Amino acid sequence: MTAAIAVRELHKHFGQVHALRGVDLEIQPGEFFGLLGPNGAGKSTLINILAGLTRPDAGAAAVLGHDVQRDAVAARRAIGVVPQELVFDPFFEVRDFLRIQAGYYGVARSNRAWIDELLRALGLADKATTNMRNLSGGMKRRVLIAQALVHKPRVLVLDEPTAGVDVELRQTLWAFAQRLHDEGMTIVLTTHYLEEAEAMCDRIAIMSHGTVVALDDKRSLLGRHPWYQVHVRLASEPAQLPPQVLACLVSREHGWLVLRLQRGGDDLSRVLSALHTAGLSVLEISTREQTLEQVFLELTAGHHLPAGA
Amino acid sequence: MIGNWPGLWTLFVKEVKRFTVVFMQTVTAPVVSALLYLFIFSHALAGRVDVYPGVSYPQFLVPGLMMMTIIQNAFANTSSSLIFSKVTGNIVFVLLAPLSHLEFYLAFVGAALVRAVVVSIGVYVVAFFYVGTTVAHPLLLLVFGLLGGGLLATCGLLAGIWADKFDQVATVQNFVILPLTYLSGVFYSIHSLPPAWQALSRANPFFYLIDGFRYGFFGHSDVSPWLSMAVMAGANAALCILCLRLLSRGYKLRG
Repeated sequence: MTAAIAVRELHKHFGQVHALRGVDLEIQPGEFFGLLGPNGAGKSTLINILAGLTRPDAGAAAVLGHDVQRDAVAARRAIGVVPQELVFDPFFEVRDFLRIQAGYYGVARSNRAWIDELLRALGLADKATTNMRNLSGGMKRRVLIAQALVHKPRVLVLDEPTAGVDVELRQTLWAFAQRLHDEGMTIVLTTHYLEEAEAMCDRIAIMSHGTVVALDDKRSLLGRHPWYQVHVRLASEPAQLPPQVLACLVSREHGWLVLRLQRGGDDLSRVLSALHTAGLSVLEISTREQTLEQVFLELTAGHHLPAGA
Repeated sequence: MIGNWPGLWTLFVKEVKRFTVVFMQTVTAPVVSALLYLFIFSHALAGRVDVYPGVSYPQFLVPGLMMMTIIQNAFANTSSSLIFSKVTGNIVFVLLAPLSHLEFYLAFVGAALVRAVVVSIGVYVVAFFYVGTTVAHPLLLLVFGLLGGGLLATCGLLAGIWADKFDQVATVQNFVILPLTYLSGVFYSIHSLPPAWQALSRANPFFYLIDGFRYGFFGHSDVSPWLSMAVMAGANAALCILCLRLLSRGYKLRG
């Protein structure tokens, strides 16, 4: 089966900055894929290359088998991109703008009903005849999402689509994205809101300093992390904690001890035993799985630049 | 190769709509400016400037002013559209679309030609009632109009591609396009100039545009219209090739 997105040994420099350092990535059709990383990790550069907005220095990238350089027009037909920047064309009203976008793909007439459906689904129906410059930031963001979908692409790239938008739009967007995904669309999401990626994505790649430092399905990514957290509330504030507890103490929060313990070991029984021996009564105890955010922070913080970079 | 006619047409129509949305600025104002030149210069210089036999000075001015509007508006349309889109970032909508560099080029140049022709016709219609100018060779007029519009539309695209800010486009417009236009024989025949200035005028590519265009009106010109046509066709071809190469490489458009 042809990959929705295939990236091989992709390199890109901006002056002295080596933005992509040999990125390899393959996303299968129908996946909801998360592309995470801190600012400057290379996510937007990678997306811009896929969209044909930036040219790679070396390597190859293809959308549904169409090379983004050699077969650029076909690749652009296959992909829809929601740009990160809040850009708009001030000369046109919302519906006219979307029809123009559809016209570039030769589907202005055939997709008129689809454009109206997009306007409804994204809460833009009452703004259809409003000039783009008179829209709020959130509304402009919705139009950007609609423009990426006017030609019914098989691959949709959402480059931080919820940056700076309100809760209502987020919920609207995620419901709509889920619907498109259910209908078979491949969706690639970059976001700083890791709980979004955790909730929506099947597979996740984490980028740092222009390389992919982790690429796995969500559960494996979370499961590969060998730690979990235990929150313990004691009956009284102790003068001193036993050394076994201090060794795994992360923080104290409102009377709770937050402990980080190794998965699969006997840390928990040793901690509880030490507290009991010290005469400290445990009132409540709860365990928490690692979140994607913690995995993300650990992977990106611990990733160093390659030698010679 | 053109494989996406609907896309090309859409971009062309969008570019035409873009300037018609601000019709007063892009069409009415240039027509009024050209007519002010016509009224002022014809009153100030009528009878003082030698032109062609049987042609009054106000009549002589009309084709020059028409070509001047073609030159300025064709350049302004492509350059302002492109630099505006680059600066505001909305160029991304066109770059994301499945348009080839040739389709991009033809749509932008086509829309600039529409604006240039509309403005020049506006000048002609009003001037006709004022000076009663007739046309000797309509086909040649059309050819030179298109060559001039095409050349300057391409120049505007090149300026828009190269520039990173409005100021750079304005620099090209004010320090290259405008002087070359004023010194190309819009307001005089180069035969009235000293030999050294005549020679210098012949090095100005816009001279051939205006001289050939004027031949279309009167059947008289300072140099052969075929020479003018050859020079302009060559200049169009050279700049078109340069522009297409830059577009195909994504120079200053695709990072």
